[in-house]
Amino acid sequence: MLRDKDRFLNILLVSPSILAVLIFVYVFIGWSVRVSLSKWKGLNADYTWNSINNYLELFADPRFHVDIRNTVIFTGVFVFGSISLGFTLAVMLDQGLKGEGFFRSLFLFPMAISYIVTGVVWRWLMSPATGTRTSGFNLLFSYLGLDSLANAWHTTPTWGIAAIALAAIWQMSGYTMALYLAGLRAIPVELREAAQIDGASELQIYRHIMLPLLSPVTLSALIILGHMSLKVFDLIVAIAGKQLPLDVPAIYMWQITFDGLFYGKGAAIGILLLISVAVLIIPYIRHTLRTEAQQ
Amino acid sequence: MNKRFFALLSILVIASFALAACGGSAPAAEEPAAPSGGNSVEVFSWWTGGGEAAGLDAMIVVFKAENPDIEFVNAAVAGGAGTNARAVLATRLQSGDPPDSWQGHAGQELIGTYVAGGQIEPLNDLYEAEGWLAVMPETLIPLISDNGNIYSVPVNIHRANVLWYNPAVLEANGVEVPGTVDEWFAAMDTLQAAGVTPLALGEQWTQLHLFETVLLGSLGADAYNGLWDGSTDWGSAEVKAALDDFAKALTYTNSDAASLSWQDAAQLVVNGDAAFNVMGDWAEGYFRELGKEPNVDYGWAATPGSDGVFQFLSDSFVLAVGAPDPEAATAWLKVAGSKAGQEAFNPVKGSICARTDCDRALFGVYLQSAMDDWSSNIVVGSLTHGTVANDSWKSEIDTALGLFLAGGDVDAFQSALVAACKSSGPCQ
Repeated sequence: MLRDKDRFLNILLVSPSILAVLIFVYVFIGWSVRVSLSKWKGLNADYTWNSINNYLELFADPRFHVDIRNTVIFTGVFVFGSISLGFTLAVMLDQGLKGEGFFRSLFLFPMAISYIVTGVVWRWLMSPATGTRTSGFNLLFSYLGLDSLANAWHTTPTWGIAAIALAAIWQMSGYTMALYLAGLRAIPVELREAAQIDGASELQIYRHIMLPLLSPVTLSALIILGHMSLKVFDLIVAIAGKQLPLDVPAIYMWQITFDGLFYGKGAAIGILLLISVAVLIIPYIRHTLRTEAQQ
Repeated sequence: MNKRFFALLSILVIASFALAACGGSAPAAEEPAAPSGGNSVEVFSWWTGGGEAAGLDAMIVVFKAENPDIEFVNAAVAGGAGTNARAVLATRLQSGDPPDSWQGHAGQELIGTYVAGGQIEPLNDLYEAEGWLAVMPETLIPLISDNGNIYSVPVNIHRANVLWYNPAVLEANGVEVPGTVDEWFAAMDTLQAAGVTPLALGEQWTQLHLFETVLLGSLGADAYNGLWDGSTDWGSAEVKAALDDFAKALTYTNSDAASLSWQDAAQLVVNGDAAFNVMGDWAEGYFRELGKEPNVDYGWAATPGSDGVFQFLSDSFVLAVGAPDPEAATAWLKVAGSKAGQEAFNPVKGSICARTDCDRALFGVYLQSAMDDWSSNIVVGSLTHGTVANDSWKSEIDTALGLFLAGGDVDAFQSALVAACKSSGPCQ
């Protein structure tokens, strides 16, 4: 039992951050919801009630359809790519490779770079120029005699967004690798040895022992990568500027709010983003809390 | 660490929150650059790099020489074409903390957005006192006015409807500089058949820029102006014809447009990789930076169909409603509109004076030709650069254009443009 004085001090100690979170997170979420239900358009605040019309307009807006399609493609390619590549790298490093520390930093390195820098480099790598101006991957393919692989990358309609996801995979798969490597190292050696004695092949060990034990890691990776991909903004702007074929909700929100001054609609996009992130994260938090409670 | 220390720390943190909350009511106290006397002018702009920042500095020198006792606070915010700066400005205006004066594109970007929001003071008295009505083109004044009030001081003029071309490429293919849209298409057919990229194009805003010049060339100045005041019907057959022209122009462009900046696209022309490029006349400053010779490495003409029309955009300064120091702000505006201020600014920035009485000798051969056209042509405003449409309308047109570029459906494009005029333009 804590003494009263201690309890008072504890509350005092955490109260500033609770207060800050209360104001800067929850009050502002509430305010955004209110704005999203208003007719606010233009420089001056206008809280005239507009019911859910901003949301209805968004769902009827062909640009928002492009955004949703792009988000789905981007999330699918990015999350699947980062997790599978990260897992493969982790398994390879876990084989007791010489110079593991070097490779670990090598793969983790891209994460230390900002999306803007990644974007500038990948903008050049994925240059879709043809003829004498060919550069980046397309030039590499032509050196290697693989001309058939040359393509228009992010300027391809519909699937161009997947090219951007490649850059994001490059950036984040090292991080997923680190997560998996930590997970692999946490698995007791005895389990593996016991399986080996029982005659399990390496593949069977990974399939039936390691992967199930790593499922919490996979879940964390899904959550982290998933919410990153819902919020993606700077990488796309750095690679492709603001163009409609590569539009995502975060870019639309910025443009409609600050370039177009449709504050009501911009807030509505923000709330939809919040809901989509919440859908992803709340089950995870519940799961974690329940596991902790059981322990 | 003892508990007393933690308690003290917590109290300090809470106290600092409380102080920060009070700070909102007295923002001037937190502005370290502003002296307590209040005799200072804070000027907000997005000129933080290249010729723009250097031009601003040159104008600040003139300001300081004339107003030695007023401190100049340069509140420039970085970010291409002001996208970031405008977000910062909107936030400051909403919190009741305006800078004394800020930079914006003359025209509807200011009038339809900030004047409509009650954030800018009219400047008629200043115009009369300084005699600016006599030195600025008559056709300019209505474009920066609303209800008989003038709202901004243009410091420079850029021309949007310029067709840049590579003289050597045109000559090698036996092509003349086109005067009309049809001649242009014929020339580009010849070039395309010869394996030359006819028209260099860049990312989406340069496509909006191309769109507005095709609208102007196809419709003519009067009908083009009518688009913005509601007298030309966006749903009409003539607009449809202009949209078809635009769709056709796009077929002559490089396939990698979406990944090129305006500089990349302009460079294709001076490097001989493409024949034409439509871009504002800041491209000329870029060509000179690359060490290219006017009339040798690049030539220019009004965009097809717009000869005798000067489609302009202009950086201009305004007086904020509730400016902390209106007198100092007025002193700044006087310099921005003065001959000395504009002659200091424009040769460095690579634009011409809004005034028609600047010294020609300060400018290069292209800018001299632009000065002639500015004082003699019909003046119309630019869409991409904020002159003819307010921010909301422009962003809706931009979205309609983006969907058209992705889908290629001219009819859907036209109905989206009609809807945009109803939602944020004069067709309400």
